[in-house]
Amino acid sequence: MNAPVEADEVLDTVGLYCPVPIIKTAERIRKMEAGRTLAILSDDRVILIDLPAWCRSTGHEYLGYRQESAEYRLFVRKTRASARTR
Amino acid sequence: MSEPSTRRPDRIRAIGLLSGGLDSTLAARVLLEQGLEVIGLHYSTGFCMNDHRRAMARPEEDPKRMRNEGLRAGADLGIPIEVLDAGEAYLKMVLNPKHGYGAKANPCIDCRIFMIHGAAGYMREHGGHFVFTGEVLGQRPMSQHMQALRLIEKECGIEGYLLRPLSAKHLPPTLPEQLGWVDREKLLGISGRSRKEQMAWSTTWGISDYPQPAGGCCYLADENFARRFHDKRLHTEPEQIRREEMILLKVGRHFRLSPRVKIIVARDQCENQFLSRFDLPGWRFEALDCGSPLTVVEGEPDEDLKILIASITARYSDRRHEPLVEVAARKDGVEERHLVPPVADQVLDRFRL
Repeated sequence: MNAPVEADEVLDTVGLYCPVPIIKTAERIRKMEAGRTLAILSDDRVILIDLPAWCRSTGHEYLGYRQESAEYRLFVRKTRASARTR
Repeated sequence: MSEPSTRRPDRIRAIGLLSGGLDSTLAARVLLEQGLEVIGLHYSTGFCMNDHRRAMARPEEDPKRMRNEGLRAGADLGIPIEVLDAGEAYLKMVLNPKHGYGAKANPCIDCRIFMIHGAAGYMREHGGHFVFTGEVLGQRPMSQHMQALRLIEKECGIEGYLLRPLSAKHLPPTLPEQLGWVDREKLLGISGRSRKEQMAWSTTWGISDYPQPAGGCCYLADENFARRFHDKRLHTEPEQIRREEMILLKVGRHFRLSPRVKIIVARDQCENQFLSRFDLPGWRFEALDCGSPLTVVEGEPDEDLKILIASITARYSDRRHEPLVEVAARKDGVEERHLVPPVADQVLDRFRL
């Protein structure tokens, strides 16, 4: 899956296993303005399942991922619907 | 922080513990059916088997067995999930539970109190109106009988504000029911260990994707883990036990060689890699010129024990059928070599945890 987007901010979670990258993503997104995009770097392949699920749960927009050798770069756009997660 | 208001709000916000298992999923669904706003809290305790499968990163492992079930359930239900790190406070509770352990290393009552207490704090902080759980009366021997349910509610300091939607009809009405926030008639009356009723409701509501078996994903309820856990508590002052040491209890074969020395022998390449990533201060043993497990040592072994550790390492190496195997022991830039016979299994079993 290719994600043809650039990010406004980057969160490096390489070396951390889920759910830690999800916890850190939630913390970062909370501080961002709606409409801005976050790139999450991870080497935990299960984040390809968990991050889309987290986005479906919280209302943020999952934009896809790019694989860069052993790491993944996943993109999330903060939406106004995310008000439900504060 | 104060107790939630009893005035009739425009929108009722329920805060629930959501493991992602069938019971907590159904509990959330029962409240969604009544038009309530539901927020799920999913605790990461450090003792979840799924999380460990992930950390091992075995390439053959099905990613679905490693996914976070709380996130998956939240997505399926369409409710926001907050993942919370239970942290050092949880470890402290696990090492010294006020209400003791179940049959293994499971401090189920204290665990429930820890999580519900946290949910109560979240409720107060985020404008929630009450807390709910997927607990079922009589389902679990330690934490879900009537007396335990009452005790948990009392110790969490939210008496009247803790709703168990699946067993509500067997329990006294809570404040959310008395105040008309929740329609008691539409709550359920499930009790006991059978899961037939839950299965029926899951069919009714089209909930088919949930983990099996129920409650089987906590290391603290696992017999092998519990043996190692209690050995650790027996040989280490609880306040000195770190989270990393709990992680190590999940990996490899464990042997207690003396009151002060224990070893962990990796079982495969993934565990070798996992152990090698840990910054452990002790000796590390490896058989030379062959496939070998990494053996890590807790405590300072004397010369006799070093021979025994080398023999155990040899036993699990690819050269285990040879009469003598050369094993390297390394620590702080120092390397020793030991030429030893692989240990016999009957000797090994005396030390196994």
